[in-house]
Amino acid sequence: MAKSPDQEHPCKAFGWAARDKSGLLSPLCFSRRENGDEDVTIKILFCGVCHSDLHVAKNEWGFTNYPVVPGHEMVGTVMKVGSDVKKFKVGERVGVGVIVGSCKKCESCQQDLENYCPQTIFTYNSHYTDGTKTYGGYSDMIVVDERYVLRFPDNLPLEGGAPLLCAGITVYSPMKYYGMTEPGKHLGVAGLGGLGHVAVKMGKAFGLKVTVISSSPKKETEAIERLGADSFLVTSDPAKMKAALGTMDYIIDTVSAVHPLLPLLSLLKLNGKLVTVGLPDKPLELPIFPLVLGRKLVGGSDIGGMKETQEMLDFCAKHGIAADVEVIQMDYINTAMERLAKSDVRYRFVIDVASSLSQ
Amino acid sequence: MAMSSENEHPVKAFGWAARDSSGHLSPFKFSRRATQEKDVTFKVLYCGICHSDLHNVKNKWGITSYPVIPGHEIVGVVTEVGTKVTKFKVGDKVGIGCMVGSCRSCANCKDNLENYCPKMILSYGTKYYDGTITHGGYSDIMVSDEHFVIKIPDNLPLDGGAPLLCAGITVYSPLKYYGLDKVGMHLGVVGLGGLGHMAVKFAKAMGLKVTVISTSPNKKEEAMDHLGADGFLVSRNIEEMQSAMDTMDGIIDTVSAVHALLPLIGLLKTNGKLVMVGAPDKPLELPVLPLLLGRKIVGGSGIGGIKETQEMIDFAAKHNIVADIEVIPMDYVNTAMERLLKADVKYRFVIDIANSLKPI
Repeated sequence: MAKSPDQEHPCKAFGWAARDKSGLLSPLCFSRRENGDEDVTIKILFCGVCHSDLHVAKNEWGFTNYPVVPGHEMVGTVMKVGSDVKKFKVGERVGVGVIVGSCKKCESCQQDLENYCPQTIFTYNSHYTDGTKTYGGYSDMIVVDERYVLRFPDNLPLEGGAPLLCAGITVYSPMKYYGMTEPGKHLGVAGLGGLGHVAVKMGKAFGLKVTVISSSPKKETEAIERLGADSFLVTSDPAKMKAALGTMDYIIDTVSAVHPLLPLLSLLKLNGKLVTVGLPDKPLELPIFPLVLGRKLVGGSDIGGMKETQEMLDFCAKHGIAADVEVIQMDYINTAMERLAKSDVRYRFVIDVASSLSQ
Repeated sequence: MAMSSENEHPVKAFGWAARDSSGHLSPFKFSRRATQEKDVTFKVLYCGICHSDLHNVKNKWGITSYPVIPGHEIVGVVTEVGTKVTKFKVGDKVGIGCMVGSCRSCANCKDNLENYCPKMILSYGTKYYDGTITHGGYSDIMVSDEHFVIKIPDNLPLDGGAPLLCAGITVYSPLKYYGLDKVGMHLGVVGLGGLGHMAVKFAKAMGLKVTVISTSPNKKEEAMDHLGADGFLVSRNIEEMQSAMDTMDGIIDTVSAVHALLPLIGLLKTNGKLVMVGAPDKPLELPVLPLLLGRKIVGGSGIGGIKETQEMIDFAAKHNIVADIEVIPMDYVNTAMERLLKADVKYRFVIDIANSLKPI
């Protein structure tokens, strides 16, 4: 008979979980594995609320295995290290992102692209190598193989740095891979939410001209004055969209709703690249003529490997980049999820786990 | 009053043109400009029939202005050169592809990407600098600015070489641009027609492993025994397609009909590239999750610049690559167009202009 979550493993743990597709979260007693030779045990201090957490809590992707403890943007301090652990010591500040395991042997893993390993183990709602379910960062502690733990730079704020572990790497990785780092080039960022606002900050740090492309005119002041974007384009303004045709070298598309690609493709110059990091739940319409006539491409990208995630954190520390966050208590989480569904947050909720998660 | 095609220019010319959207071609008297100081004039020997010619004569894209003389895979022998021409002399074997002009000053032109110049002038059906409409290679002579003329190496057969000027460059350019030209890579080629068979030949010459993906099982022997493909997948065979998932570095997709992208994206390895060179006239469905999960791309490409076209011809000459063709007389062209519509040709018709185009 399957063991209950609080009896599967020897170390007691506590978090908030969704138990059904209402997505409502409530306290759950569960357990974590014993700290193995290559493991690091972490006391969780803060955890970002990613839109994926909401999708999974409500089983919108159809593969949620309840109860689920979400959270894959966590930062904390090391409490224990296994005998073979080389990179971390007790007391250090660390982070854990979207993955906690992979096969370590395939071509992707050998190239530090654990995120593209066919056997990636996700921080929550996956099965670990011992067959048990993984639980995420809306909890007091976690045990992770050191390969999947990030060193958290000293000068990065914990609250603002937590969302970098998913949102940050999700936009940093394609910006590097697709070559969106040449100073002076023009980047469009479609959508101004958790992913989009970090893309603006990183784009500016790379020396790019950045235009935010949005359906909401009221985000313009924010985008330009607070985030540092050079310009703002409202998709429903035909004159402005026409004036911007063929002006962008690349576009990061963070929009998750189904949306037309043709207007975005038209904004690209020759050889322009449209990279999608959002996840619409239906296919998009792709007009082929613009691709052929302008040698343009549409590409995808999915988080990043461990090496690159560390590189991204160090880059953010160097350039003073952190997410804009609203820190909340654990028991505010259900309200936060409702607001997140309406995009009512600038731009990430971060749960103050250490101060507010109590049995 | 606009001059008639016969009187617009001083040099008499003769070809076959379509006069309406039936697309039916028939003899047509017209004229070419006198050789200007930077022009090259040549006697046309052969002209390939590209599927674009068929689209154009039937006004499928809604932009055709009749009468239209198609043909943009043109080869011949130079008969006259202008006083400032430096690259060609009388007697040289030359060719013209899809373009005969561009602005020559924009960033794209300066980058040898004349095909992406916003003022690019096509070999037929487009207004030239002098305001007259360009006429293509289903005709006896061509006059072109030397910049857009391609030198054909002596060892490249003219008849089999003609289709390289459009079909060849259309697949060669993306193989280079998207980095699908490294020895040992695995390339898929979707569709085995004029473009597809050229992609197989170029990729094999570059040292790639090539798998043809087709709806027709009966093309397998051709693909593997004759063209040298290493593998063949029937796209409707779900088991075959599934067993090939995650095996290809890139795919050149030559299919112009609307078709499903998801199975093709599935064939790609992580970081794989699906390159569209056919242009369906309606949008295709793009499933986003598979792109993300494998960091894959769908890109496009259209012909190539002049410098790259010359590079492609030289590569073809070095590796003895020519198109597989069926040579036809001029007066067979309407039948050829009907057969082309049904994809009933292996793999390009080429009109033997010199021996069969007789002025009326």
